[in-house]
Formats: sequence, C-alpha cells, structure tokens
Amino acid sequence: MDYYNLLTTCAFIHLLVSIPYAYSNYVENKAGQFFSSGHTNNWAVLVCTSRFWFNYRHVANTLSVYRSVKRLGIPDSHIVLMLADDMACNYRNPKPATVFSHKNMELNVYGDDVEVDYRGYEVTVENFLRVLTGRLPPSTPRSKRLLSDDRSNILIYLTGHGGNGFLKFQDSEEISNMELADAFEQMWQKRRYNELLFIIDTCQGASMYERFYSPNLMALASSQVGEDSLSHQPDLAIGVHLMDKYTFYLLEFLEEVHPASQANMNDLFKVCPQSQCVSTPGHRTDLFQRNPGSVLITDFFGSVRKVEITKDTINLTSSLKPLIQRSGSGDMQIESLTYVDQLPVAEIIHQLTPDQFLVCSRRWTEQSVRVSPSVYVQPCEKPPYVDSSPSHAPLCCGG
Amino acid sequence: DSDPVGFDSLDLNERRGRSTDAELDRRDGTRTSEALTPAAAARDEFQEELVIRPLHSGDIYASFQFRTLWDTDFLQEGQKVSHYRLFPKSLGQVLSKFSVRELHISFTQGFWRTMQWGQPFIPSPPGAELWVWFHDTVSDVDGNWKELTNVLSGIFCASLNFIDLTNTVQPSASFKPLGLGNATDHRFLRYATLPREIVCTENLTPWKKLLPCGSKAGLAVLLKSEKLFHSSFHSQAVHIRPVCQDEQCTSKAWELRQTLNVVFDLYTAGQGKKEWSLFKMFSRTLTEACPLATSSKVYVDITDNPELFELSPATPLLSQAVVLGDRRTYSVYDLSRAETFGQLRSLNLLLRWKGDGEMLRPLLHAERYVAGFGLQTGEIHTVIYNNHPYRAFPVLLMDSVPWYLQLYIHTLTVTSKSRDNKPSYIHYQPAKDRHRPHLLEMLIQLPPHSMTEVTVQFERALLKWTEYTPDPNHGFYVGSSVVSALVPSMVAMNTNFTQDQPLFSSFVPVKEESSYFVRVYTEPLLVNLPTPDFSMPYNVICLTCTVVAVGYGSFYNLLTRTFQVDEPSLPLAKRLANLIRRIRGVPLLT
Repeated sequence: MDYYNLLTTCAFIHLLVSIPYAYSNYVENKAGQFFSSGHTNNWAVLVCTSRFWFNYRHVANTLSVYRSVKRLGIPDSHIVLMLADDMACNYRNPKPATVFSHKNMELNVYGDDVEVDYRGYEVTVENFLRVLTGRLPPSTPRSKRLLSDDRSNILIYLTGHGGNGFLKFQDSEEISNMELADAFEQMWQKRRYNELLFIIDTCQGASMYERFYSPNLMALASSQVGEDSLSHQPDLAIGVHLMDKYTFYLLEFLEEVHPASQANMNDLFKVCPQSQCVSTPGHRTDLFQRNPGSVLITDFFGSVRKVEITKDTINLTSSLKPLIQRSGSGDMQIESLTYVDQLPVAEIIHQLTPDQFLVCSRRWTEQSVRVSPSVYVQPCEKPPYVDSSPSHAPLCCGG
Repeated sequence: DSDPVGFDSLDLNERRGRSTDAELDRRDGTRTSEALTPAAAARDEFQEELVIRPLHSGDIYASFQFRTLWDTDFLQEGQKVSHYRLFPKSLGQVLSKFSVRELHISFTQGFWRTMQWGQPFIPSPPGAELWVWFHDTVSDVDGNWKELTNVLSGIFCASLNFIDLTNTVQPSASFKPLGLGNATDHRFLRYATLPREIVCTENLTPWKKLLPCGSKAGLAVLLKSEKLFHSSFHSQAVHIRPVCQDEQCTSKAWELRQTLNVVFDLYTAGQGKKEWSLFKMFSRTLTEACPLATSSKVYVDITDNPELFELSPATPLLSQAVVLGDRRTYSVYDLSRAETFGQLRSLNLLLRWKGDGEMLRPLLHAERYVAGFGLQTGEIHTVIYNNHPYRAFPVLLMDSVPWYLQLYIHTLTVTSKSRDNKPSYIHYQPAKDRHRPHLLEMLIQLPPHSMTEVTVQFERALLKWTEYTPDPNHGFYVGSSVVSALVPSMVAMNTNFTQDQPLFSSFVPVKEESSYFVRVYTEPLLVNLPTPDFSMPYNVICLTCTVVAVGYGSFYNLLTRTFQVDEPSLPLAKRLANLIRRIRGVPLLT
C-alpha cells in the first residue's frame, strides 16, 4: 500500500514538473519559427505593362494581386503599383471606377482605396529599372520609391505581352531577360533584398527567369518557352477578356490564404496545372537557399511586423519655444490687409511699354507689319537669343 | 446686399469666435488695433457644405466645399510649426518647405458645358491644372516649382511630374492671387496644365484623406467613387491661400478649400427619370455631421421652385445669397441639429421635377476649335460670346500653346461683329523648341451682344522619334484657353465678407458691387501631328528580305543550276502495252 502510494505521488509530481517544461519548449519552437525566415519587412512591386482597352485583363491581373497583397497585410506605403493605362475610368468602361476579375461583375478588384504610384506614360522600362535599383532623381516622392533594405522580402509581379526573352512595355519598348537579371544583381550587390519572389504572367514567361544569377531568387512563370499564356473568360457586358488563366487561379488560391496560414511554396507551384491553364506553369528554385517547402506564402504575400516590447521609459524633451502671442499692443497702427484686384484693367493696360511688343518673324514678312496698336512684326536681322523675361529687344519666333 | 432670411439662431459667442474672410474697408486702409484678448490661442476651424442645384435639362449639379482654417503664420520669425490639428500635415510641410504663398490644383474629368449648365461655382479645365504663387523670398522659382510638382504627384497619385519647363508658363496679367497680399510680381507665378491627365479613384482617395473627418463622418460619406465617376463632369480641387484671421484683418491665417463639383447626367445616372435624391446620386444618405466641423450645411437651390420641381423633406430654414451676379434662394439643412435627420436618423433629400423651364443664357461663354485640313498647317479659332444686351466689358484671354504647334503671330486677327477689334494689351512670349511653350495674353473689349473671334495660324512640327508617346495616333493635347472677365452683375454684389456667408459665395473676393469676376475655360484641343509609321522598320525588313530572296535567289539559281533532259512519262494504256511487249520480247513503244 505504502509503496503504491509513493509511486502514484512520484508520478504525479513528475507530471506536474514536466508540463511547464513542455510548454516552454512549445513556446521556444514557435519563437524559433517566428525568427527563422530572416526578413523583417515586406515590399511588393506590381507592374502592368500594357496599354489600350483590349488589354483590360492585364490591369485586372495586377489589381487582383494588389488586392491579395493588401488583404494579407502589406500597406500601401510598401507597395509600388505601376499601371500603364487607366481601365477603371476609361470612357469605354460601362461601369466607371471598377475593374472586374470575374464575369457577371462579381468581384471588383479596383476597390475604394487604391493608390497607383506610376500610371500612364510613366510606366517605362527606365522607370521600372530605376525603382528596382533605387537610382531615382532626388525629388521623387517616397510613395514612388522602393525603400527596401537587406532584410526585406520583395514580391515582384509582371504581366503583359511578352515573348522569348523579352517583355513589351506599352507597345513601344521592351525589357530583355538579361537586363532584368542584371537589375536583380545590382539589387543584390546593393543589399536591397533578403529574398525575392518573381512572378510573371505573359506568353513564354519562363524565358524571363532563365538568365537570373543572383542568390535568393525564386521565380514562377505562367508558361514555358514556346507556349502562350491564355486569357480566361470574356464578359459580354464589358466586351473584353477579364483575366488571364494563370492569375485567375492564383487569385483563387490566394483568396484561401489568410495572414496566419501555413501554406507554403510547394502549394503555389501546384497552382493552375496544365489541365486548367492549357500552358505549363514553370518555376525556378535553384538560386533559393531555403527549401521551398519551408517557405510560407505569407513570407512574400503577407507582411511581417516584428514587435519588441520594452519596459524602459524614455523622456521626451521639447525643443520648441512656445508660440509667440499674436496680439498687438496698445495704440500701434497696424495696416489691415486687403485682397488683390482680380482684373485691374487700367493697371494691365499701362503695364508694359510698347517697345516690348516688337516681334520678329523669320519667314513671312519683308518689312515691318503693324498687327495692333502696340504690336509690330518685323523681319529678323539678328540671330535669336535666350531671354526669360520681357525685355526691350525684339523677340524671335520659335522655328 | 444679402440678408439671410429666417436665419438660424446661433450663440453670439460662437459667432464672434469664428474667423472668416476680411471685411474690406475702402475708406481707410489702416486701423488702430485695440488690445486683443491675451489668450488668443490658435483656433483652427473646419466648415463643410454641399450645394445642390437642379439644372433645367434634368441633370443635377452638386458642389461640395470643405474649408479648413489654420490659424498660424509660419513665415513670422521664430515660429516653428509642429502641431497640426485640422490642417493636413502633408500640405503644411509642402507650404513651408517651398515658401508657397498660394496653391491651386484641380483634377477634372469631363468638360463644363456652360450653355446647358450655367456657370460653375469654381471653374476648372479638363485634366489637371496647377498654379502657384511663391513668396518673394524665393531665389530659384523654377527649382522650387520642379520639386513642388514632384511632391504633389506623390501626394495626389497623379503624374504631375510631367509638368516641366515645356508646359509651364508665367502669365503676366492673368491669375492674380486670390488671397491676401499687396505686391504681385508675376515672376513668382507659375501656371501649368496637363489636359491628358485622368482622374480616378486613386486621386480621390488621397484627397479624401486630407479632410479632418476623412470619409467617415459628415458630408464626405457621400463621396463614393463608383457613383462620382459615373457622371458627366467631375472635378476635385485643392485651393490654399492666406485669408484674414478675423474681422479686423490685421493678421493672416491659412485657408484650405477642398472643392468637389459633380454633374450627374439624367440618362446615364438618372435612368431617364427626372427625379433625384441623395441616395440615387451618391448611394448613401447623411446620418451625422462631422464632429470637428463648426458648421455643416446642405443648400438646395430653390429659386425656380415651385414651378420647376418640388423638394422634400421641407425645411423652414431659408437663405438668400448673391452668387455669380444673381440672387438665389436656398433651402438650408443644418446637419448640426438633430431634428434635420428626422425619425429615421438619416437625411435623404428628394427632388421631383414637375415642369420644364428655360435657363437664362450665361453672359460670357467661350469656345475653341482647330480649323484647316492636312497635317501641315491649321488654324486655332477662339470664339468668345458676350450675351449682355447693352453692356460691354473687358476680358483677358490667355492661351498657352505647346512649342510643336508653331504659331504665326502675324496672322493673329481679332474680329467682333465682322470688324477688327484691337486689343488694348497684348503680351506674347514666343516658344523655344523643346524649352518653352507659346504664351499669348490679350485684353479684349467685348462689344455688347456680340461674338468675338480670335484666329491664329500655325504649322505642325515633326518631332524626333523618341519624343512620341506610345500611342501617337491618338493625337496631342493643347491646354484650354482661360478667359478671365469682370462681368456686369444684374444684382448688387456684396463686398462685405460677413462671417455667416455660405462658402460658395465667398470664394472669389469682391471689390465692387456692379460686377463679379469669372473665369471661363474653353475646350482643350486634340491635334494630330505628322506621325511616322512606327511599324516601318518591321515592314522594311520584310520587304527587303523578300526582294533579296526573289531577286538574288533567282539569279543564283540561274547561274548554278544545271538542266537535264527528262523522259516524258507515257499514258497508262501505252505502259500496259509496253509491259506485254516486253514479255513478248518485241520492241517498245515511245
């Protein structure tokens, strides 16, 4: 009896001791997982390179990836969205301010809260490469810059019309796969990314990632070399095809992902097999250091915020002087301010002397011609010179 | 004089505490200032209003105005601003960094049809327009201008960075400052317009974020992009200028006005029924005023009531205002009072048309078009109409034409009633290829009840092949002409700015009673330049390869091919006969 009691109490004490030990192990594992991927912030560069109304589907592609990325947590300040043409407020759009991805107008991917950073004619190869490498003119605003550092995971999504080794920008210029690979190498050397996921949805898309040579790059494409990527469904009310097949199934896959989901890259590689897509999606992972099975979808599509809790207090000292009181004192005469006359006719007429209205024309007049009481046109004798303010010498017409 | 009729009772303290535009005193410019209250802490203020004006064609015009008053003057020595309460920080930093005195930016989709809709409260040209007055302390105005356009393109998500010296002009007489000030040295003014700029939700989103309440409360809940962009005309603008801090007008405060004008079309948004409600226009109703607003009102223009339409729910508050030279009566819905919202806690105005009416012809109206044929020359015609029966008035016409339309100013003619009309002032700055556009400003006296036509011939330039846009066959845009005028008013205008004047009538300062200032924008022009065939290299390669293949290939074959005589094949009958003959051992047939 005694021995039996001792045994049960020992087992009970052992159980009591091991529970907190198991729990701390669990917490350590979770913490270990939290810090294992090595990145601290997420960026996304989403580019649509096609112009004209019949390329509606490329804008819808880009906006659906934008919508997923925003939904999973990346804020607008960390997304560079480039749309080469405006479909939502296009005059041919029967429903303005909307871009639909599913037929019968089920899902509006444009939304109410979109911020497009580069639009229209600004989407050029030069601007795209400048955004990637960070070599922008000094007056570029922050929303148009990719301010990533060496602990950033970047998602790059390109869509448009492409071919074997190139991608067309706005029907007037191209970017080649070698230029893209060199841009990524520049980014690696400048430590502008930790890991990079490159997704491209164009015809013969796999040719664009063939030439990559920088480390930590993973790439996905919608079709192999020699294959065309096809569009999904047309909408008869809008009159154009709404999405491409690969991005349509990618959007369906991403709609199931939530910020805490454990889906990994192997699931992403299985999106849109040949039976659904008609083309064969491809991927490239040889430059990536981690095993794709251990890479979470949210490592690239979601946003990680690392929070450090501190219990120290910080004293904020104010370095500003208090606002000077605006009240006047005593009997000081202060002029009351007035508004300016919007059309002071008399002042305008007497503003400049007639000397300054001498205009010279190089081709059409042989002698001075009086056009109005104060404008004379005479033949140019001297070569033109630069002046930026109204002056007394004759001005030459541009030509 | 405009006396509010049936005015809503306000606390006297509240009325005194509000600081609005100046009370102009023409008799003496200086005043002795009494000792002001010592506890004059900075008082920011926010007012919002919506004006609904039914139009005679069955369309409806809605104009939102949000006014934020920022009681600070950071150009004084020793003042450093770091506390932003109602005024948005992004714009405040822009103002201080670039020493901006006034900033006016507008984004417009569609063209305002003056003949059908009358005059807008705040006019704007199609596309984007930006004009800025800098302070006279700025040494490099062009540098500041360039950086300012880049920063604004980031704030408003628009491609304003395309504004550079090739489309910026420095008007010499137009665009005088709308705010306080004395000296107007036009070297500190810059004006640019981008007629091709699109307006969409991505421009509306940051605009809404500048409001103190955002789009969560007050009148801004009505701003839903799916309805706003499904309209004939949509214009959103930001106007920043210095105004008087109080009635004595001894110091300045910054005023930020955000305006949004929209005209809903009877057939596309109204489904053909002449019946409008807030829900039909905006797919929302009003439920509360913005808590940060000192006044939040909805005005409905009922001057043509009750013959034209009927309005429900009825309201006892009425207000009269003289705006655009006409005395109009408005029904006022004050959103800061709970009884406005009724039992359902929501306000949905309903306007039902009862009859048709005739609109008064606007007194000033302008048009512009390109005449001529071919891709070498053309002629720009600007037509200005003065519809006043007996009064003549002067207008200032400003034209800014890009350098690739080479104007021949010696062909400039101004005719009124088929007679020459000599302008009393002309300022012309010729273009410099790839550096500067043409600028033509003229002060023309319009005779009463007349049409004035300004024509100038031009020649189209051939651009370098890298200068064409990706879609050059669409054409190239020429910005709208601006016609500024002092139009004689039918009703005496109010020159005293009282505190209780509605926002829509207090935008442009009024200096004299007999006329009001108006700005009319013409259509932008779309001009085709001689465009090369960009598929030409591909075609040349195909043609050359074909010629080489056919020509050289044939020649090569002739030289190197050898010919051999070929036995003709016999018909079937003879072949069978030959077979039998071979068996028999007899000579064959040929």
